Amino acid sequence: MTGKEGVAGKEGVASEAGKVGLAGRARAVRGFVGRIWLAVLLLALWEAAARAAGDLYFPPPTEIASTARELWWSGPASRLFLSDKALDDFGPSLTHLLAGWAIAAAVGIAAGVAIGLSRVLFELLDPVLQLGRAIPPPTLIPFFLVVFGLGTEMQVATIVFGAVWPVLLNTVEGVRGVEPLYLDTARAFGFGRATRILRVVLPAAAPRTAAGLRVALGFALILMVIAELMGAGGGIGAHLNDAERGFLPTELWAGIALLGLIGYLLNGVFLLVERRLIGHHRERQD
Amino acid sequence: MLEIKGLGHRYADGHRALTGIDLGVERGELVCLVGPSGCGKSTLLRCVAGLLRPTEGTVTLDGNTVDRVPDGLAVVFQDYTRSLFPWLTVRDNVALVLRRRGLGRRERRAAAEEALAAVGLADAVRKYPWQLSGGMQQRAAIARALAYRPSLLLMDEPFGSVDAQTREDLEDLLLTVRGGEGGMTILLVTHDIDESVYVGDRVVVLTGAPGTVHTELRVDLPAPRDQIATREHPAFVALRAEVGRAVRRP
Repeated sequence: MTGKEGVAGKEGVASEAGKVGLAGRARAVRGFVGRIWLAVLLLALWEAAARAAGDLYFPPPTEIASTARELWWSGPASRLFLSDKALDDFGPSLTHLLAGWAIAAAVGIAAGVAIGLSRVLFELLDPVLQLGRAIPPPTLIPFFLVVFGLGTEMQVATIVFGAVWPVLLNTVEGVRGVEPLYLDTARAFGFGRATRILRVVLPAAAPRTAAGLRVALGFALILMVIAELMGAGGGIGAHLNDAERGFLPTELWAGIALLGLIGYLLNGVFLLVERRLIGHHRERQD
Repeated sequence: MLEIKGLGHRYADGHRALTGIDLGVERGELVCLVGPSGCGKSTLLRCVAGLLRPTEGTVTLDGNTVDRVPDGLAVVFQDYTRSLFPWLTVRDNVALVLRRRGLGRRERRAAAEEALAAVGLADAVRKYPWQLSGGMQQRAAIARALAYRPSLLLMDEPFGSVDAQTREDLEDLLLTVRGGEGGMTILLVTHDIDESVYVGDRVVVLTGAPGTVHTELRVDLPAPRDQIATREHPAFVALRAEVGRAVRRP
């Protein structure tokens, strides 16, 4: 190829990319509107119905939103408007959630790679893992309460125990499903064990592992709330308990809405990071 | 350099792929293994690569028995879509195998770009393998093998999955790079009789199931070889007829 052709080729690619960018943005806006209209409509219907009914237990969404704003977003601008109560409620909850999820991720990936790479380990441990996964994690809360007492350890232990299974089992499957030719290539070029695992096995299993991590994040949120409802220190669960005891339905609803929002945001952030890190896997499949 | 003695292999399921293979390869030689499908060509190559432990006989490389993947070995597999890592750019695919040569990150990248430029992929270094055509992917796999500077290069039907024109280009590319690197020994498996005569110094015909060495033929064709002139050379025509008869006759 001559230099001239090379330049022309690059220009062609650039202008094409520009067009794709514009069309892509228009499509994204249309897609957003397409996805959001039903949610807006349902909120409006809820608002109208709640106002018409005037039931104490079912406050209209605007009232829930203003209560939430008062509770959590009435702080100074320097703190992103977060109130003291917001720091007290979100701080421990999110810290425990992320700590538990991170530990579950580290343990699940490390153990998943070890088990996925060894046929002996897999055949030995698979029944045990299936059994462990089948135990509903909340049933272990009383046990963790006995062992750790009320507090951070018990809450994090509950989250870890629930969130580790999807990561572990998905990583095992991902590792066992690594294309044999990738492994042959790694061996033929004399990759050491560490290089083989870090540079070949983990990236090849990454889509499955990521799917497990995403499910685990959802589990972690659920278990975080359950542990808090059981009385593990403060957090959003404690807010729900307080609202229940104080007979404040609007504050209860605000807590529920907040948890939904947190789950939605966590999932959104996770998808963004996932796409950035292993998006090319997906593109290849398309 | 490479000595194969009494090599045979029986897979765990009882299938006997190879038996009684004796073959020697000189340093710098390009030997083509040709034979019908199912004659154990790929099994033989995997035994030489140390990826498969043969159930009978030995493979020795420079006097050392091959019981694991030997140093200085590079492999080009037929299935390029699954031998390049899809999560790495073409350049990083090449650079990854160079870690073993003890180069720094920057040196590895530079060496990778150089190797890719040598096979005509200078413009594709930042692309992912799945963004390239089949022929370009196989070029990248060849560049990866060459950048590794192997003393023994094994190629398992390297041009079996590309179109005819690309195939000829890649055959010529192989002959060119082979001349450039000193002392590289190449063992190439193919089912294409013309190809074996065109690129090889020697053609080894495997037949039967389990596979055995049927015939060995030295290829004495004038260099440099040329896709048109070489293929109409009387010696080429005679050799390909001889190989063809050997492949067909049990």
